[in-house]
Amino acid sequence: MSARRPLPPVLDALIVPLASLAIAFVLSGLVILAIGEDPVAAMKLMVEGALGSTYGWGYTLYYATNFMFTGLAVAVAFHAGLFNIGGEGQATLGGLGVALVCLMLPWPHWSVAFLAATVSAAAFGAAWAALPAWLQARRGSHIVITTIMFNFIAASLLNYLLSNVLRPEGSMDPASARFAEGLQLPRLGAVLEPLGIAFSDRTPANVTLFVAILAGVGVWALIWRTRIGYQIRAFGKSERAAVYAGISPVRVTIIAMLISGALAGMMAVNTVMGEAQRLLLNSVEGAGFIGIAVALMGRSHPAGVAVAALLFGFLYQGGAELALWTSIPRELITVIQALVILLTGALDNMVRMPAEWLWARIARRGAG
Amino acid sequence: MARETQAGQPATAAPSPQVPAIELRGISKAFGAVQANRDIDLSVLPGTVHGIVGENGAGKSTLMSILYGFYRADRGEIVIGGARAEIADSRAAIRSGIGMVFQHFKLVPNFTVLENVILGAEEGARLAPSLARARAELARLARDYDLEVEPDAVVETLSVGHQQRVEILKALYRQADILILDEPTGVLTPAEADHLFRILRGLARQGKTVILITHKLREIMEVTDRVSVMRRGEMVATLETAATSPPELAELMVGRKVLLRVEKAPARPGPVRLRAEGLRLSDAGGVERLRGVGFDLRGGEILGIAGVAGNGQSELLEVLAGIRSAEGRLEIEGAPVALRGPGADGQSRRAAGLAHVPEDRQNLGLIMDFAAWENVALGYHHAPEYQAGRLFMNNAALRADTAGKMARFDVRPPNPALPARAFSGGNQQKIVVAREIDRAPKVLIVGQPTRGVDIGAIEFIHQRIVALRDAGSAILLVSVELDEILSLADRILVMFDGRIMGERAAGATDERDLGLLMAGVA
Repeated sequence: MSARRPLPPVLDALIVPLASLAIAFVLSGLVILAIGEDPVAAMKLMVEGALGSTYGWGYTLYYATNFMFTGLAVAVAFHAGLFNIGGEGQATLGGLGVALVCLMLPWPHWSVAFLAATVSAAAFGAAWAALPAWLQARRGSHIVITTIMFNFIAASLLNYLLSNVLRPEGSMDPASARFAEGLQLPRLGAVLEPLGIAFSDRTPANVTLFVAILAGVGVWALIWRTRIGYQIRAFGKSERAAVYAGISPVRVTIIAMLISGALAGMMAVNTVMGEAQRLLLNSVEGAGFIGIAVALMGRSHPAGVAVAALLFGFLYQGGAELALWTSIPRELITVIQALVILLTGALDNMVRMPAEWLWARIARRGAG
Repeated sequence: MARETQAGQPATAAPSPQVPAIELRGISKAFGAVQANRDIDLSVLPGTVHGIVGENGAGKSTLMSILYGFYRADRGEIVIGGARAEIADSRAAIRSGIGMVFQHFKLVPNFTVLENVILGAEEGARLAPSLARARAELARLARDYDLEVEPDAVVETLSVGHQQRVEILKALYRQADILILDEPTGVLTPAEADHLFRILRGLARQGKTVILITHKLREIMEVTDRVSVMRRGEMVATLETAATSPPELAELMVGRKVLLRVEKAPARPGPVRLRAEGLRLSDAGGVERLRGVGFDLRGGEILGIAGVAGNGQSELLEVLAGIRSAEGRLEIEGAPVALRGPGADGQSRRAAGLAHVPEDRQNLGLIMDFAAWENVALGYHHAPEYQAGRLFMNNAALRADTAGKMARFDVRPPNPALPARAFSGGNQQKIVVAREIDRAPKVLIVGQPTRGVDIGAIEFIHQRIVALRDAGSAILLVSVELDEILSLADRILVMFDGRIMGERAAGATDERDLGLLMAGVA
């Protein structure tokens, strides 16, 4: 066994994910090469399409907003040592919460509706996480299993409600009615215009982005500055030590999962109220699962989650451009995204171990 | 056959021309910036029991891991029976005739003794011939070395002492000539330890070489022929056991003079602070771990609980600390305390004035990834001085308080931002002790306060516990180290099989007396 040495925090947070990312891009390039396309041109197209214009940025930020919420959701649960795979289902229910608020009541102004929809989305998401949390805390049913199953239940529930309850009379589409005209959330272009920044108004990026950023700050304060955050981290690092300290595992598990579910649920405000203006079958757009990769890559730190969310926003938007303009099939975009997830998330140690070994050598040379 | 170069070492009374059974020359091993072994020379004569002592972190385990092929030395060579040996892995070690008995046994609990002995040494696809051969061989070993074990007994039904014999048999069955034992007496009663020592003496008489790693100086004096002392990765001395003494060894281990006995005034017991009655607890498997334990604990006294590990002491500590629920009655300062359900948790106990230094500091007492200052809040995260408003904690106050505790309890390095895992065992324990003692609790329960702690820190921790007693706190001390109980406690209870076997005044008993109680002989 060769000697290794933990990396200093800065290198750990920067070098390891960047190296993983580089490997993922090289592998993706090889795959593109293998199907006879030009990887350099593809990369250029992705960057151009996602970051080359405010239009591209608008979509990138729109996706990033989704991933921020679901990434933060997974990160909070991670801190409690819980693997919440149920972001997808919790966001699905969050969408239901948004739609009910927007459809049921006549709102005087979008801002009031926005606030109510956010609270409702959080409450629905938290409620959907509550039962798996309770089952884990009280009955020891593994949270990974229960949250996965709850994803399926959420999808089926939504399918039923959209087909049978929320579908407007005469419509053939399994979707809710369109929200009232005034409930459209201000787009990023409209928000930035008074500041003298010209930003495309044709993209779905909207004010929810700022809520996502606020949520990131909130999660940071929660985890590292509050007493409940201390208890969550203590429990996540060592359940036995937490019990020794008199921290109730049941309480911490349930609180962490409620916060996690609420964050996942809030993601739906962005897609349902910010974009579609009605509840669709697939309003979550897979963001629940991407959140896992975002949290892994972001080291469960809100700043890291924000950066990782932006990266995946770029991959989503750049990938869409690639599918639109080249003969690279859509499936390949998924392959690239999967490689990034695989390398930054699951294969983290593949980069970390050589890096720590290298660091040990550098440190020894420096000392001797 | 040339006599080896270490001229400083006097020849012993061991038989035959002196080719060392095993010799280490200039062994060095570093882990990152930490030099675990530096230029170690060691020469062990055949047919002797050779002790290796040193504080925790002195490098004993690393050295033995190199000998057994778990690590490779950065430099140096190993010579076995006069020939250079390359020990790349444990298979190579076994081929070279080295056998290892680990502190934590590596036995399959639901296999028989025979099956365990042949595990990994089976020959052919069918087990029957191997088993038959092992049965005959075991009979011979039992005869030669006084190592009686029933070959068909299932290992989990054997006592700990017998399980250890199975480990020794495993090594001998693999033709080990050099037997290394790592802290072998931690789990044994004094009588079992005596028996083990007789076995080790017998093995040495028959020409085997025994290396005994321990931190108990008494054992070194009792069983070894020669002893090597390690300090901070270096071999500082190799001595004839007959020509040295525990104080000298302790001084060599620490590098300065050490008080081996705790200096304390007679106890002045005050009113009863904690009363336990009829504590009962069954584990998940339905086995009764506590069978009606009761006692009174007074302010100003240290009540020691002696016993072989695994006789209910750990469970007792956890019940008192609110970590496990139990049946019975518990009072702190006359007020009843919940033993199950709401109120039976660490927070309620702390609110009632009970502090707890747990046995298992690495899993219970500390969170190894947390910084020292975060660990100081563990269990006290509700303390008013650490709060800033209803939700937020005052991390600045917590850091400052930690710095103060580290200074008062001599924690090194005194850096509150370092994670717990960055401290040595002794300094980790000082952090826990500082957290629990610094608030002058009414009742302190302490489990194995000096396990894995170096001698210098043991001295310090013992003094602090005595000072807390003198300040009027009631202290319950659970330890498997009889020396610790005898030197620290004012009153001693002995636990065996979930019961209290008897009570002794500390001045009116000795190891023999306690040993009988520990073995369940009333």
